[in-house]
Amino acid sequence: MPTTYEAIATVTVGSGGASSIDFTSIPSNYSDLCLVVSARFNTSLDANTGGAFCKMTFNNVTTSYSNRFLTGDGSNVASNNNTNPPNFPCAGTNNTSNTFGSTSIYIPNYGSSNNKSISIDAINETNATTAYAVLRASLWSNSAVISSIKLEELATGANFLQYSTATLYGIKNS
Amino acid sequence: MPTKLVVDCSTGAVEEIELTAEEVAEMELAAQQAEEQKAREEEEKAAKQAARAEIATRLGLSAEELSTLLS
Repeated sequence: MPTTYEAIATVTVGSGGASSIDFTSIPSNYSDLCLVVSARFNTSLDANTGGAFCKMTFNNVTTSYSNRFLTGDGSNVASNNNTNPPNFPCAGTNNTSNTFGSTSIYIPNYGSSNNKSISIDAINETNATTAYAVLRASLWSNSAVISSIKLEELATGANFLQYSTATLYGIKNS
Repeated sequence: MPTKLVVDCSTGAVEEIELTAEEVAEMELAAQQAEEQKAREEEEKAAKQAARAEIATRLGLSAEELSTLLS
């Protein structure tokens, strides 16, 4: 990572799995945040139900989000929008074993009193005809400083599997 | 009991915390709703396939011929 990136905290899921990963008490002295997630859930990946998709919320608030996203699945491309908390595909039990979804989330000016924009670049990762790549532009219409970020499975209450990781970086502007 | 990982970014400490009964109930409800949604979608898919087969029969087409026309 560039020298302006500082690793704030990192977590690796242990053998018992985890229902969620919560980054709390995020310091406010950076310009931007970057969250890098490598995750697999103990449920099947299902783009219709959201199985093995990871949902992200800020400060335990589940409202005031809006999203526009492009999804490619190996055969089709689609553009959609909604007003749910942002989510992204990871890997599920129906994907190639020992592989994890790869996601990079960038949040500029997380400490400002303006609305917060979020860029998400996510790959499902599986050796199959159907695999998902998602680019998402999200907005959290909230003036609060982002002090916590929660990651959890979107639809079925599934757990993060062992060796899933999440690393939060703070980015300085000089 | 299911657990969650809470990372205190001010110290870097990672704590594994058991979910409360309410949190577990929420997870179980989400799982149940996902199962019901999946069952509904499978029913709809089966109904569409049955309808296509019926149309193919009425038109005197095989399933492959109908698929070729629609692709």
